Amino acid sequence: MKLLPLPRAVEAALIFAFGLFLLLMAPAHAEDAAKKGFEIAARSDRSDRGFKDSRVDLHMILRNRAGQETTRLLSIKTLELPDEDVGDKSLIVFSEPADIDGTALLSHAKILDPDDQWLFLPALKRVKRVSSVNKSGPFVGSEFAFEDFTALELNKFTYEFLNQEACGDLTCDVLERTPRYEHSGYTKQKAWIDTKDFQIRKVEFYDRRGDLLKTLTLRDYKLYPPRYWRAHRLDMVNHQTGKSTDLIYSAYEFGLNLGDRDFVKGALKRQR
Amino acid sequence: MPFDCPPIPSAAAGRPSSATLRAMTLTLVMAVAPAAATFFRRDRAKQTPAGQDDSPLAFIAAGFVFGIVLGLAVLLFEVLFITPAAADEKARPWDDVRISGFAATEIRWFPEAPAHGGQYAGAEPSLVINPEFRWRSQDRRHRVAFVPFARLAGRDAERTHADIREAYHLYLGDEVEILTGFNKVFWGVTESRHLVDIVNQTDLVEDTDDEDKLGQPMINIATQQDWGRLGLFILPGFRERTFAGDTGRLRAALPVDEDAAEYEAGLGRANVDLALRYTHVIGDVDLGLSLFRGTARDPRLVATGLGTLAPFYDTITQGGLDVQYTTDAWLWKFEGIAREGQGKSFLATVFGFEYTLYQIAGTDADLGLLAEYQYDGRDPADGAGVLADDDVFLGTRLTLNDVQDSQALAGVVIDRDDGTLFFSVEMSRRLGTDWKAELEARMLTNVDSENGAYAFRRDSFINFRLSRYF
Repeated sequence: MKLLPLPRAVEAALIFAFGLFLLLMAPAHAEDAAKKGFEIAARSDRSDRGFKDSRVDLHMILRNRAGQETTRLLSIKTLELPDEDVGDKSLIVFSEPADIDGTALLSHAKILDPDDQWLFLPALKRVKRVSSVNKSGPFVGSEFAFEDFTALELNKFTYEFLNQEACGDLTCDVLERTPRYEHSGYTKQKAWIDTKDFQIRKVEFYDRRGDLLKTLTLRDYKLYPPRYWRAHRLDMVNHQTGKSTDLIYSAYEFGLNLGDRDFVKGALKRQR
Repeated sequence: MPFDCPPIPSAAAGRPSSATLRAMTLTLVMAVAPAAATFFRRDRAKQTPAGQDDSPLAFIAAGFVFGIVLGLAVLLFEVLFITPAAADEKARPWDDVRISGFAATEIRWFPEAPAHGGQYAGAEPSLVINPEFRWRSQDRRHRVAFVPFARLAGRDAERTHADIREAYHLYLGDEVEILTGFNKVFWGVTESRHLVDIVNQTDLVEDTDDEDKLGQPMINIATQQDWGRLGLFILPGFRERTFAGDTGRLRAALPVDEDAAEYEAGLGRANVDLALRYTHVIGDVDLGLSLFRGTARDPRLVATGLGTLAPFYDTITQGGLDVQYTTDAWLWKFEGIAREGQGKSFLATVFGFEYTLYQIAGTDADLGLLAEYQYDGRDPADGAGVLADDDVFLGTRLTLNDVQDSQALAGVVIDRDDGTLFFSVEMSRRLGTDWKAELEARMLTNVDSENGAYAFRRDSFINFRLSRYF
């Protein structure tokens, strides 16, 4: 079969172009997955952009292997810093168990460096600057590590798009994200982000040996005007120990007019 | 919304009645504890008829009345809290009243026979109550706190005492914060000694670690700016240090007669002390500067010639500096003071580090390693002896990071001059949700007869405390 007669120059140009296309395609496929992964993560992260500040009550239920439960009650104030190269500021105040009532933790999150953290001990009325390299340690005895609990800043990870699959009634993009910061307890995480509201629905955590350690499920998303989604139920299951922790968020408040001065070390001792 | 509003609907529904119950329990305890204290006092007076001063009795009686009045006030609040339940939930200003605190039973055991005549041997049981009442206005600009404290001790009458740890009003303005009333403040960064911390008087009969403090009347005006936080403390009303009584352990060979206290300041206890405090965070460095002018918190003890010691409180000027540099898992700490007015002028310092090994041996536990050096340049001839004159502190802190918040701190202070050793262990663990068990052991060994701690050479002790938090 004879091809349509094309001038030789055009034919050569086409073959060259096709070759060039193939040449660019091969590495671009991997690069594409990273780029696509980042874009999906960024879209999710940026869906939250501009909330400025929030306050929420958090009820934690810690469950051991035998199903025995203990609870924690705390409140969290967050100040958004819009610059993606700077982390948010947060202030956590405990009210239960009663013996740690008034204990408060102030964090100035960084992207790759350890966060700045101060702890207030009400019995001594003492504010202590504490080391925050302990990213992988348990947060108040729960299955959440400090690194799971602090703000999920976009640039803390590198991303790779894996595939798209159904997640409940929604469709999710599945990403692999790898911590860029030091002292992480994870080699990688797999995150499911829905394609409708761009919210994280599930995260799998892989330990330093690369084995599946924990699964986090995020549920009960509610939309706060004008456009901020918040999950009200986070369940973390540790597959290796059989322990689990549920986080139940309630009474979200936005637009509190909080500023930097509400997130300084001097503010820690007047939280109750 | 305050944190005392539980997020679980069922819990919220159950709250008013449990709050009432708590208030009633508190009223009862607050009324009973001082009453029992009074009873104990009377009992003691019978055994030791010699010169029992009755002013603590008056204080306890006042505490008794205060407890009842306060309890009633709280009950009134609770009644108001329940009655308009149908009204708009968000409109009630008393939503923000919180009651918390603890009651504890304690036993302190001295295994060794006492060194001085009249001191008890064996164990002393105690009851401690420390409720907290906190309120804040809806706009969060006004806070009121009331935290009374009382200990009922079984053997040493001077350890039976009551105090107002906090009773203040705090106004939070945009540029300025003004606190008026009794409060406790802490300054400093080190662990083995609290050198720059000078605002509050030490409640020495509580513990020997300088961490229990008496409430200090103050007007504190502070401002937070981009260049740091600056605070002025006006401190009217001096609080005298508490000392163990005749029968008590952990005292000098002669007991201290607190009523014989003398002051360099002409106004005595009515002298108004002043302090300035500046703190700032510059990257990884936390900086604190302080200046104090007024009556020293640590008195010199002077023999009266009547078989007792009298505290003498000098008027001093003290400058202080505290710095912490935080990097990786290291905390580098420094505290230093310069003091003038208490005998010869002198410098004192404590500095060192805390390094933490996280998740040791694949567990969730953290192990902290601490080392600090203590120097104090005051002239022992000036009579204000300190133990930390040239000593090294080595310690370790174990935090299990478990559900019960189990932790332990063990350390030793070594006197570099005479080899006196002071060991200390503190352990604590939550039991269930509302209980906490604490064990504390302090042991002096190899005590040199020239060491300031020689009088306490047989006062090693073990203290066990069981607390119920509410």
